[in-house]
Amino acid sequence: MSTKKSLIKEAPLLEVKNLETAFDIEGTDYNAVDNVSFTVKPRQIVGVVGESGCGKSVMSLSIMKLLPKGIGKIKSGEVIFDGINLEKMTESQINKIRGKDVSMIFQEPMTSLNPVFTIGYQLQEVLFNHMKITKKEARQRAIALLKSVGISRPEKIVDEYPHQLSGGMRQRVMIAIAIACQPKLLIADEPTTALDVTVQAQILELLREIQSVNDMSVILITHDLGVIAEMCDEVIVMYAGRIVERTDVDTLFHNPKHPYTTLLMGAIPKMDETEERLSSIQGIVPSLTNMPKSGCRFAHRCPKAMPECFTITPKLEDVEQGHEVACLLFETSKPKEGVR
Amino acid sequence: MSTVSVHKKEKNSSSQSENLLEIKNLKTYYPVKGGFFKRIVGNVKAVDNISFEIKRGETLGLVGESGCGKSTAGRTILRLLKPTEGHILFDGKDITRVSGKSLREIRKDMQMVFQDPYASLNPMQMVGDIIAEPIYNFSRKSKDELKREVMDLLDKVGLPPDAYYKYAHEFSGGQRQRIGIARSLALRPKLIIADEPVSALDVSVQSQVLNLLKDLQKEFDLTFLFIAHDLSVVKHMSDRIGVMYLGNMVEISDKDDLYAEPLHPYTQALISAIPSPDPRIKKERIILKGDVPSPINPPSGCPFHPRCPMAMEECSKSKPVLKEVKPAHRVACHLY
Repeated sequence: MSTKKSLIKEAPLLEVKNLETAFDIEGTDYNAVDNVSFTVKPRQIVGVVGESGCGKSVMSLSIMKLLPKGIGKIKSGEVIFDGINLEKMTESQINKIRGKDVSMIFQEPMTSLNPVFTIGYQLQEVLFNHMKITKKEARQRAIALLKSVGISRPEKIVDEYPHQLSGGMRQRVMIAIAIACQPKLLIADEPTTALDVTVQAQILELLREIQSVNDMSVILITHDLGVIAEMCDEVIVMYAGRIVERTDVDTLFHNPKHPYTTLLMGAIPKMDETEERLSSIQGIVPSLTNMPKSGCRFAHRCPKAMPECFTITPKLEDVEQGHEVACLLFETSKPKEGVR
Repeated sequence: MSTVSVHKKEKNSSSQSENLLEIKNLKTYYPVKGGFFKRIVGNVKAVDNISFEIKRGETLGLVGESGCGKSTAGRTILRLLKPTEGHILFDGKDITRVSGKSLREIRKDMQMVFQDPYASLNPMQMVGDIIAEPIYNFSRKSKDELKREVMDLLDKVGLPPDAYYKYAHEFSGGQRQRIGIARSLALRPKLIIADEPVSALDVSVQSQVLNLLKDLQKEFDLTFLFIAHDLSVVKHMSDRIGVMYLGNMVEISDKDDLYAEPLHPYTQALISAIPSPDPRIKKERIILKGDVPSPINPPSGCPFHPRCPMAMEECSKSKPVLKEVKPAHRVACHLY
């Protein structure tokens, strides 16, 4: 599929340009997302990976304009979805797009469903918001949607409350709500983190199926590299609010460039290896208020850090065709292009 | 204390038998109360007749989905929960029914590392006091001695000495888990039960904690019961692995044997469900239908049969027992 696509240059579905999202902490702005640019093509699954506190979720909330009011704001940059700049839209304009063309699945299926309304009510709410539809039709569509996400006895579940369902079922309901209006872009923020492996496998399978049936693009945010390897076409590695590496999934796993990516790969215990010790990354992701003021934000944890890493901020640039890395180790070797 | 290589030593030479812990037909039920008089109307069979043993110096991993009873098993062994039936033999002694003073004595030798590093540390206590508390509880030591010992422990788990005067909220998740580990080590126990010690942590931090646990095991001759739901983590840590499903032990074996040739259909599905961190490997996946049934009303026969792709007629009628199919590889399934 991807070889065919590259022949005709398709216009990207989502284009994020120099996005900067800041949080106001005691009167000072701190950038949680710092100068992030990327694109999502139609029908593409883009994975975003990084440790907690890397700005993955804040980035997705910025795209949806769902940042907590008064605390978080988009300082600069553009989010262009299907040719429209979302950042310039008013609340009522964006409400027409949110849930219809772009929708989102959250991490915790327990807290993202309203406990006092039935599953059917919450499903129909989306339908009434975006479609002209009668009550009876809406109910039928809700049942059909529940069926399409693999819920058995949908006629009964429709009248049940979230607490009556298991975690996996709730996540299926969340997916049903998200795909109710057949969105072009689905942002899934850690959709399987709270679930068991066997249920995770079910949900990932379901997402893949829906993606191919609906011709949807997906941004899949996760910290699990296994999920990334299974699901994605392209991967964005984030660290401390910045993109450090971006490439297709095969290159990322077989030829990672950025020291952070390499270390992250080494830190997961692998099933087919019998190594005694895992590689680990010293220290933790700096908190927003303690971000290094200049230079590469990973420098103080990086085993390959050079003196200039602490002063010069590396730019995200092509190392090879379609393989962008933000690291000074590679910026110097930049002129040697076309070397494979 | 003996080293790991006691395997060939004769059994029952004094009290130093090969097994540090033996669990025989352990059952832990939680009563379900209902009705006007809050009568017991049923039981949640959280742990339903499991037997296994842990050798000295080894790590036994316990895996299974949430609600399969692995944490309940861990807590029952520590006697934090009251076993309904069965026997727990620790270091040659039956500790199933001990109470009071003698239970306190036993607790010195078995400690726990909890899952949530945020909830398991007292926010009002200094880290130094958190770690000192178990020592203070069991021995009369002067303040200076106590402090020296705590400092030593902090150093062992890789925390700076000034952590002594700080509070739990000043630390990150990984560091908090180190504090929890230091506390569990304070009394130099023989057995540590680690209940999902890394599931709340990021991969990079997770690997630090896993490495630390392995180092400490060597240094202190520890025996681990390692409870987790992440199969690759369990594989990395354990020597042998037990797979639990709905309160039952369905398979127990050497780790390499278990991953190379899982016998129980549930284990097969569980292993196939792990996303592999290599996009070039396309695995044949067994996708299980449905969720884990409620342990209040478990299915008849084999608890796994409603979800089992290989279920036969017999499976719904009689419950399979754990039997040795290959050397050191036991499985509870009618297929074998």
